Amino acid sequence: MTDYIQLGYLDLLPAALLVIFNAGLSILMQLGLLRVLAVSVIRMVIQLSLIGLILTWLFDSANPVFILGIALVMLLLAGREAWARQDKKFSGIWGYGIGTGAMLMAASLATAVGLGSAIRPDPWYMPQYAIPMLGMILGNCLTGISLGLDTLTATALRERQAIESRLALGQPRLIALSGVTRQAMRTGMMPIINSMAATGIISLPGMMTGQILAGVEPMQAIQYQMLIMFLIFGGTGLGVITAVGLGILRLTDQRHRLRLDRLQ
Amino acid sequence: MPYLKIQTLTAPPLQPASLTMERRECVTIQGPSGSGKSLFLRAIADLDPNQGTVQLDGKDRNDFTAPKWREQVGYLAAEPGWWLETARPHFKNPVEVPLAKLHLDKDILDRPLLHLSTGERQRLALLRAMEPEPSVLLLDEPTAALDPESTQAVEHLIRSFMERGGAILLVSHDAEQSARLADKSYRMEKGQLHTVGGSS
Repeated sequence: MTDYIQLGYLDLLPAALLVIFNAGLSILMQLGLLRVLAVSVIRMVIQLSLIGLILTWLFDSANPVFILGIALVMLLLAGREAWARQDKKFSGIWGYGIGTGAMLMAASLATAVGLGSAIRPDPWYMPQYAIPMLGMILGNCLTGISLGLDTLTATALRERQAIESRLALGQPRLIALSGVTRQAMRTGMMPIINSMAATGIISLPGMMTGQILAGVEPMQAIQYQMLIMFLIFGGTGLGVITAVGLGILRLTDQRHRLRLDRLQ
Repeated sequence: MPYLKIQTLTAPPLQPASLTMERRECVTIQGPSGSGKSLFLRAIADLDPNQGTVQLDGKDRNDFTAPKWREQVGYLAAEPGWWLETARPHFKNPVEVPLAKLHLDKDILDRPLLHLSTGERQRLALLRAMEPEPSVLLLDEPTAALDPESTQAVEHLIRSFMERGGAILLVSHDAEQSARLADKSYRMEKGQLHTVGGSS
């Protein structure tokens, strides 16, 4: 990992000047963007610097308890984000619990498979591998699960008459909600399926590009990318199916009723 | 022993209500919109959480699974839902649906449901609710969107359902219809069920 070109902060200046040039244009053309632009740039610099410090500290103090702790914090934050992205939420603990629980199960499983079967770092908790991998898997799981749950509740509300007619005709709840289930699961998995199809032609994945920039051979980088894509899809698919499945159970009850009253 | 026995059935905001029905009997419920008539039918069909006892032919509702119960005690909403494009796949046995009895053409099963009138969909939904041959039918305004001839045809179908041994609980805004069909009638006011008195 030494055959990459090292950067210093001074090397960033010319690129940063591009931002300042853009800011000047924005003033000139009265786009009213100066404030947001300034805030965004400053946030980006501060946030990246902080995460750099945290990762440096993490890499130096490789300790399984720390790593698991950080992983847990990431999971809980991702669960919070999945919750916030939903329009119609389950009320009470379920709103947060269903998405977070599904993510916890799916993302840890996918990360464990990746670490245990392919990368096999020694020790297993080498933060250089575990944390970025969990991050990439979580990010996609989060999108899929929140889309899936959002579709589930929105469709159930919209299709209420049809669902209740099916229940009234004596259909069991899983049959009466089968259309809603299918739609929610499809919507949750579509983004990652689309992005797999576009990878390599329309988009070059950031991780692969980063590895190539860091001097990794392209054939190695694509294998890493494939591994990550498989893990992301595996984790997202499992997470979406689990979350939508739990959602369906929560949206109905033992007596096969549609319980829209359990939504906020 | 009554055929359908409802004892202190409660589903907020409904007050506890009791009611019994015999085979071949039609009981009607009238009352202003929003008084809880539909909620009462839904509670009997167990579509909303509720308390109380409901028995069919001496057998407690809790001894049925919910789907089995609803096959026996069918509920037809005032605005029934459809989940596929045409009516045909909503029926188990489309060939045997007695469309003509409700003045419906054979090809109606294959026309997009969106292109049918409210009245046509309402009649189709009644036929769909009758298909599993329930013991009791809970009908919520089944003729609200129908012209006099179709209304008559529906009432005829309801009568033949009762002649075969079924019982009907009918919510109707139409006092004359209630007088034509009812063996017993009730009124729902602000969630409270009142007897109106027997007839026939």
